[in-house]
Amino acid sequence: MNCRIIVITSGKGGVGKTTTTANLAVALASLGYKTVAIDGDVGLRNLDVIMGLENRIVYTLVDIVEGSCRLNQALIRDKRLENLYLIPTAQSRTKDAVTAEQMLKLCTELRKDFDFVLVDSPAGIEAGFRNAASGADEALVVTTPEVSAVRDADRIIGLLESMGKAPIKLVINRIKPDMVKRGEMLGVQDVLDILAVDLIGIIPDDESIVVSSNKGEPLTLGSNSLAAQAYKNIAERITGKEVPLLDLFNQPHGFFSSLRQLFRKG
Amino acid sequence: MFEFLYNLFGREKSGNVAKERLQLVLIHDRNDIAPEVMNKMRDEMISVIKKYLEIDEQRIEISFDREDRSVALVANIPLVNMQRPTRGRKAANGVKQQRRN
Repeated sequence: MNCRIIVITSGKGGVGKTTTTANLAVALASLGYKTVAIDGDVGLRNLDVIMGLENRIVYTLVDIVEGSCRLNQALIRDKRLENLYLIPTAQSRTKDAVTAEQMLKLCTELRKDFDFVLVDSPAGIEAGFRNAASGADEALVVTTPEVSAVRDADRIIGLLESMGKAPIKLVINRIKPDMVKRGEMLGVQDVLDILAVDLIGIIPDDESIVVSSNKGEPLTLGSNSLAAQAYKNIAERITGKEVPLLDLFNQPHGFFSSLRQLFRKG
Repeated sequence: MFEFLYNLFGREKSGNVAKERLQLVLIHDRNDIAPEVMNKMRDEMISVIKKYLEIDEQRIEISFDREDRSVALVANIPLVNMQRPTRGRKAANGVKQQRRN
């Protein structure tokens, strides 16, 4: 298949770009696609810890583009899952260490070997974001149902459009179904009305995400949680499969379902 | 219970407030044009209009007018030499001009 290069971005920081990148990379690799996740956030390296690969780093993205190592030397193969690779970034460098041209060149190179390249973009709309996005064909915009995140998402969608990225799809993260039901949080349709962009998935606010980042094990590696299912669904939709949206708003509550969750996690 | 009563008496839910506020803010955001783009547009507009009318370039004003949920591009372009000597009439810039003998 033709390689697809997707930048994961948001404008606002802290809405779940890195978690989304890690989980989608794992989920796509699980579906049998050869996938590499690139940490595009030079100077604020995080994708490696979220994926649990921080101890395996020898060379980084910056080493590749500066020619200090070969591409293969900086590609970390995830031993837990076939088809999954990471290119970590440098922690002790700044955003200008990788230019847009260098990123584009690297992505072109990766096209030969991979089915999917996911680029985790830094927050913001400046050079760091532009460089990370420069090699991508498509974009996933992550937002949460909060005014600041949605506003920034709108800005970033405008920029991505002007850069010619297509398609641009939206992930709404950290939905609290109870609050939406009470009318105290923007609902999925509200966000879509405002942003007028295609939705590719919704992720519930789920404690399991914190647990998984604590351990460095993306949920899609094997968790049964609702958030894990949500990410797997997004991965399937990326590959073109039609999967209905998760029904976050009619999940079982109460003692017994909590008990079940407890045993499922065990 | 208090919340229930409060809701009963028509307090707007914050989710709706968020949506309305966002829609307003984004109308502004989406129409914000960088000053250099604005200047370029201004220059191009002037060059087109100059082909047909004699205008007072120094007094041109171009701005966005925002009212509730709509935005309009408002250009005030004063024309020169448009007065007819026979009648006292309004100049194109809206300022009433009196004919003097």
